[in-house]
Amino acid sequence: MPAILEVKELVKNYGDFAAVKGITFDIQEGEIFSLLGPNGAGKTTTISMLSTLYAPTAGDASIAGHSVTRDPMAVRNVIGVVPQDIALYEDLTARENLIFWGQMYGLSGKSLNTRVDEVLEQIGLTDKAKNRVKTYSGGMKRRVNIGVGLLHKPRVLFMDEPTVGIDPQSRRAILDTVKDLNKKGMTVLYTTHYMEEAQELSDRVGIIDHGELIALGTQKELTQQVGQTETLILHLGENDDPEALAKSLDGVKDVLEAIATDHEVSVIAHEAEEVLAAVVTKANERGIKIHSIDIREPNLEAVFLHLTGRALRD
Amino acid sequence: MLKTIIIGFKDLRLVFRDRAALVFMLLAPFLLTIGMGFVTGRFSGNSGGIQDIPVIIVNLDNAELGDALVDVFNSEDLAELVEPATSSDPEAARQLIDDNQAAAAVIIPEGFTRSIIPAEGTMTDPNFAEADPISIEVYVNPAKPTSAGVIKAIVDEFVSRVDEGRTSGMTTIFQMLMTGVITPQQAETEGRSLFEDVDQTESTALTLKTDDEGAQAVEFDILAYMAPGMALLFLMYTVSYGGRSILAERAQGTLPRLLVSPTSSAQILGGKVFGIYLTGVAQISILILASAIFFQVKWGDPLGMTALILAAVFGATGWGMLITAFARNPNQVASIGSAIMLIFGILGGSFIDLGMMPPAIQFISKITPNAWALDGFTTLALGGGLAQLTEPIVALLIMGVVLFAVSVMIFGKKNLAQK
Repeated sequence: MPAILEVKELVKNYGDFAAVKGITFDIQEGEIFSLLGPNGAGKTTTISMLSTLYAPTAGDASIAGHSVTRDPMAVRNVIGVVPQDIALYEDLTARENLIFWGQMYGLSGKSLNTRVDEVLEQIGLTDKAKNRVKTYSGGMKRRVNIGVGLLHKPRVLFMDEPTVGIDPQSRRAILDTVKDLNKKGMTVLYTTHYMEEAQELSDRVGIIDHGELIALGTQKELTQQVGQTETLILHLGENDDPEALAKSLDGVKDVLEAIATDHEVSVIAHEAEEVLAAVVTKANERGIKIHSIDIREPNLEAVFLHLTGRALRD
Repeated sequence: MLKTIIIGFKDLRLVFRDRAALVFMLLAPFLLTIGMGFVTGRFSGNSGGIQDIPVIIVNLDNAELGDALVDVFNSEDLAELVEPATSSDPEAARQLIDDNQAAAAVIIPEGFTRSIIPAEGTMTDPNFAEADPISIEVYVNPAKPTSAGVIKAIVDEFVSRVDEGRTSGMTTIFQMLMTGVITPQQAETEGRSLFEDVDQTESTALTLKTDDEGAQAVEFDILAYMAPGMALLFLMYTVSYGGRSILAERAQGTLPRLLVSPTSSAQILGGKVFGIYLTGVAQISILILASAIFFQVKWGDPLGMTALILAAVFGATGWGMLITAFARNPNQVASIGSAIMLIFGILGGSFIDLGMMPPAIQFISKITPNAWALDGFTTLALGGGLAQLTEPIVALLIMGVVLFAVSVMIFGKKNLAQK
């Protein structure tokens, strides 16, 4: 499959601060590619450069053969952008918003009205199209926000954390919409700090942290980086010291790694059950109360933990 | 171009859906105009204009020109406009003004006529030619600025005509003397004849005429000054509100979204400016229409009015853009915009007739669109047409062009998308 988006050594500096430090990746046509990383990792800055909002400090990217630095207007014609924050006119109705944004993408007349009707149907707001956006719930606004990005049937859709701050039902609807769009052939670049979303949606995932792409591949390829391991997550009390427990687990038989995070200790082992008894004993010896224990199969969270020593939500 | 227009009309629609903005743009100036109308007694009379301005005339001159000025105030042309009363005591007249009993006292000093028309035998005296005429005193009531302004205008016009006649008469006589066309004895006779002509013309030349052929005295409606005054005051609110919307769109994410659509920065900025301009034109037009419908204000030449509105909003929009270009966030625009609105309102004559202001303030007022536009509106209300509006319209257009150029330069150095 040909690459529809190619990113080469993209850099963005704000004064002395390097927000994106020379990342390189590509996205194949028809793929859902997720950029997974914690807040402040550089996801939005990357999307802002790819969508031509900010000029890169160095490097370049091409989308459908158009350079974001040399031919931004051509890039804008083939991309759709769903920003992280709701970017709509709240005093206009959903239909008025869609008509306005459709006009900004060059649609007009009958084709504009037809397309607006289709998008309203797609986002499930046909019945409430004549209500002003300010009367909508957060989830409904998110759906209109997505609808605007779809109006001109872009070849590549950039979605920047589109599920932040919404209820589970709306979140589900948005994830289903993304999958549906992808089934119809749309390439999607999706940024998130929710590991579950990246796992559910993505063909490939790029893990980004502190402006650097620290891992890239399919989920299978990424989880193989941490080996065939399981993670035992110990949830501790507020007054307990996870650092002390993690340190005490060094050298315990079959424990590959123990990482302390906020009120938790993640213990990586080939077989979690095999180390469970030893871990509980160590906790008891230090008077540390374990509130609950989770056992997780290898996942992207574990990959991030393995690569950075931090949890995604940190 | 099409996208620019679409953005402009979108902004116009948004403004008219913002109740708070509508209160400031339309209701506030309308209510203030009504309030000012009541304060000035505009709504207590039967006529639509200023009427029966009480004026005290003290004629200490008791000679030809003093009598002529008294005749002017008692003329039929001004019968409806002024209500003159006479007094022989200047101090008593001033006291009546201080007691708010009249709009102004016109005190014609003793020797006024003799300072202009020489007594027999003094016509060729060089000291007379070089001497300054004695001034007429107009003691005004600051509580009635517009009425006092009308009285002052009548006297100014009279003095101007007299001075004009005096200067040309003196010049003619001396030229004739110097070239030997007349003898000093003939100069006396010719000169008196010329000055008497000046005297004779005053009674018909001194009302504020509407146009060249106008024979009627002007019926100046105070609301024709106050309504645009208030409208222009709040026009500055509108343009700063519009400017604020540029920065507000940046903060709420719609501006970055526009910037990643296939729409150029120039189209977006042009659309925003067009939106501000449209809103300003709509605001002033609605206010003027409303005052015509509800208060029967006669606005004069529609063509001149349209041109003046378009130019005034253009100049004001330039200020709105400049404020926006300098500000970093919407709150800064709001703060600076409110301050500018009030300063320009005061400087530009929205509250106090500029004619009552010191010359320095009148000079500074030229930086405000309010002053130029009010000048134009007053000209229209006094019967002028598009031809008489050239100066204010050109000034407003130049103001707009210069301010837009500076704003674009500043915007050019900024990243529109950067929060």
